[in-house]
Amino acid sequence: MSDSTSSSILQEVQPQKPWVNRRQSVRELARPVGIAVLAASVIVLVTGLAGPLGFYLAFIVSFIVVSFIDGMRHDKVKAIDKVMTTLVTAGFATAFIPWASILFTVFQRGASAIYLGYFTHDMAYTSADDELGMGGLSHALVGSLLILLMASVIAIPFGVVTALYITEIKGKLSGVVRVIIQSMSGVPSIVAGLFVYAVVVSRYSFSGIAGALALSILMLPTVARTSEEVLKLVPDDLRSSAYALGASQMATTFRIVLPTARSGLITASMLGLARVAGETAPLILTAYYSAVYSLKITGQPLASLPMYIFQNFSTGTDTALTRAWGGAAVLLSFIFILFIIARVVGRGSRK
Amino acid sequence: MSIATVEKPTAAEPPRRSITNQRNASDKRFRAVVTSGAMFAFVVLALIAGFLLFRGYEVFREFGFGFLTSSTWDSGTGESLQGASYGVAAMLVGSIIVALMAMIIALPFVIGTSLFLEYYIGKKIRAVLVSILDLMAAIPSIIYGLWGYLVLMPHAAGWASTINKYFGWIPIFKVDVKNFDASPFISALVLGLMIIPIASSVTREVYSRAPQDQISAAYALGGSRWGALKAVVLPFGRSGLIGGMLLGLGRALGETVAVLLTLNLVFKVKFQVLASAGGNVASLIASRFGEAGPSEIKALMAAGLVLFTLTLLVNFGASIIVSRSAKVSQ
Amino acid sequence: MENDDINLVVNATNTNAVTGGNVLDEGRVGTNGLQTKGIHVWFGKHHVLEDISLDFPANSVTGLIGPSGCGKSTFLRVLNRMHEFIPGAAMAGEVFLDGEEIYGPKVDVTAMRLKVGMVFQKPNPFPSMTIAENVLAGLKLANIKVQDKDSLLEECLTRAGLWKEVKDRLKLSGSSLSGGQQQRLCIARALAVKPKVLLMDEPCSALDPASTLKVEETIVQLSADMTIVVVTHNMQQAARVSDFCAFFLSDGGPGQVVEADRTAVIFSSPSDQRTADYVQGRFG
Repeated sequence: MSDSTSSSILQEVQPQKPWVNRRQSVRELARPVGIAVLAASVIVLVTGLAGPLGFYLAFIVSFIVVSFIDGMRHDKVKAIDKVMTTLVTAGFATAFIPWASILFTVFQRGASAIYLGYFTHDMAYTSADDELGMGGLSHALVGSLLILLMASVIAIPFGVVTALYITEIKGKLSGVVRVIIQSMSGVPSIVAGLFVYAVVVSRYSFSGIAGALALSILMLPTVARTSEEVLKLVPDDLRSSAYALGASQMATTFRIVLPTARSGLITASMLGLARVAGETAPLILTAYYSAVYSLKITGQPLASLPMYIFQNFSTGTDTALTRAWGGAAVLLSFIFILFIIARVVGRGSRK
Repeated sequence: MSIATVEKPTAAEPPRRSITNQRNASDKRFRAVVTSGAMFAFVVLALIAGFLLFRGYEVFREFGFGFLTSSTWDSGTGESLQGASYGVAAMLVGSIIVALMAMIIALPFVIGTSLFLEYYIGKKIRAVLVSILDLMAAIPSIIYGLWGYLVLMPHAAGWASTINKYFGWIPIFKVDVKNFDASPFISALVLGLMIIPIASSVTREVYSRAPQDQISAAYALGGSRWGALKAVVLPFGRSGLIGGMLLGLGRALGETVAVLLTLNLVFKVKFQVLASAGGNVASLIASRFGEAGPSEIKALMAAGLVLFTLTLLVNFGASIIVSRSAKVSQ
Repeated sequence: MENDDINLVVNATNTNAVTGGNVLDEGRVGTNGLQTKGIHVWFGKHHVLEDISLDFPANSVTGLIGPSGCGKSTFLRVLNRMHEFIPGAAMAGEVFLDGEEIYGPKVDVTAMRLKVGMVFQKPNPFPSMTIAENVLAGLKLANIKVQDKDSLLEECLTRAGLWKEVKDRLKLSGSSLSGGQQQRLCIARALAVKPKVLLMDEPCSALDPASTLKVEETIVQLSADMTIVVVTHNMQQAARVSDFCAFFLSDGGPGQVVEADRTAVIFSSPSDQRTADYVQGRFG
């Protein structure tokens, strides 16, 4: 067939996208935006609405009206479509405003609390009211790490095993186990704290171990559910070929299934950790708080980042609140790092 | 080979051999270990219910149904239940009011976010925005509470005052004292914000499974984008939306710290959502726990049991609805 | 009508029949019916259709035939601008519907799609709507007000050959029907907005033989006052229902029209050997 020659004779045809007209869509957007900005300015000047939020609200309302009128030049269907596009976009954008505000406030206000010594000092000889250049959250950071480590030691194996029961053993109770895990993920964190208080703390004392127990209850369902998803992605062919080679189910699980899903399981663990790293309520009832750097996990309260924030918030003075923001910045960074690890490792597994 | 030797069984069917799958000893052990490990979750859940019941039992025996209908919280001497009076009515009603308001506030944003991500932007931007949304779901509640109290409340109290000015004639927007700080309204705003990412991720997931061929059919009939969404995606995703919102409701009912920091706890059943007084079971437990004597601890355990039961029911409903919607779509 | 017919006859003097460029008479562009001129389609870097120029005369049935993966369905979607939903899609060329270029900058896409109905491979009634609501869904989507909904309902269902079977259960869900009935319901749904053109993408491939026969009858009856373009893998079906046929083929590169002519010519005396091989079932 001579299509190469025929196309060289013909004028070269260029791919186009007639349905994408940047200039036209920009023009079509610019006019209503302009009118809406104008209208919003007038509304802010005339009525009691004020500030950036007032302007934003006035802008959204005017934009809805303008896009309806703009659409009506065609017909009602177009007008409704335009209004709904505005509403849907506004619904999404509006939800992002508070989140942006949270991130901004945490890091902006937190920055004034953070200095190099912040990560090496504790609050043993510093009160929450003292100047910001003194004291730190080393005790809370280390306490959090200890508690999370212990919680992982409990929750990750049990979470993965629970997932293995559903995907590998495929036992009669798989459905029930799944429902249990689902219900467990809905257990209020304070209830987990109460439970551990009743079982452990009321008999012995506040301790890091008690905090870890409470967090592991909250972590288990996340690990189990994410692991189940990951293990399901392991192709059945791999299992069949292992069996065909005469491998036992145990060998297949440990040598084939788990290594294949390894990075996914790491992701599951990181997501589980991120879920509980900021839990405060159960720690009030279990690990409680101590201002002193300590590695002792039994017999005495153990500090943690969320409790550090909570304590400083409860103190309520300006410097204490700044310390609370500083703790929030550290905690949020820690959670984001866990998240990024989960993402990077997870992406590696998909390739 | 001769054909004659092949005999067809005429009357009797050949005896069936049962397939025996005799696992070796180590596999049996392996399966037993994994199975018992999986029962851990079951045991924990049962233990939680058991212990709370065991510890709170005395309270229910002492006050009976009154524990749910009374609003007084008086620890008396603090040592025994005699002379004390406990009831969670105000807290329970408050929890439900705050959670329901959070639902109402979050709903339009959940729908908007889910539709926007799935049907109004391209794949690449979607992937980025979905990651951000997941990240927002991971912001700890104490940070939401901190922000809610220190940043949102000054604004929100002003909004509440405006609502009260123009809609004060509606009973729930009435206030007795013009103090709009730490009201159920503000807590509900914070909780609503917290559950948007949680409910959106479920809803978006279900919306994304809406049948493409039906969406094409709607477009081919001359439908606009909104027309196609309304005809196909919204009806298809209804149960997903309900399930996602119920999941959020469960979360909102059980949330402690974000409410503790933004709500003024008052032991009286109130329906004035803009006023600086409300109730919340989870926050009650966290706030009273520090000074509680033996008898009050029992009462708090009983309150925990009530909360546990309530959230369990809501989450159970949510998971049934979500799994049903998943089945329908397959 | 006679004039229209001539336009699809292959011009024997043109030796370069491969591109199919001679099938469309330039003089016909902008008149009644549907014409395409030099259509190319790309998905990303992948060139899937090359230089398709075809004429679909008013009130005729044209079958698009050819092996899988040669771009017939894509071409069909070019005719009502449904392919542009696919990310990375790009095209070149022009499509004229009753004299108007549908890719023009001023064209209202949704209004254009009202004139071009479409029936898909798999029956896809809206499950959330009743049978009656399904038929009238297009009106609701386009916000068209109708005086007498009941008579329109009956008319559309009758034309789709479904009225007798469903007239007593119009309030039931559309998904309660059998596959063949669902497909005719989808045809009725497309008819309700009174389109001038009906595009059908392998409308019978998911149906049993009896239902197929019914849908084919419907197609023939509809062609009395509509332009119908139907993609089909079934040679007998193309022979039974179509007035004209266009044979698409891809040799690994972009799909092209090898030959387009009256159905009788394509099946009895095609000018290209590959067409002859295909219609006689030697490949594809």
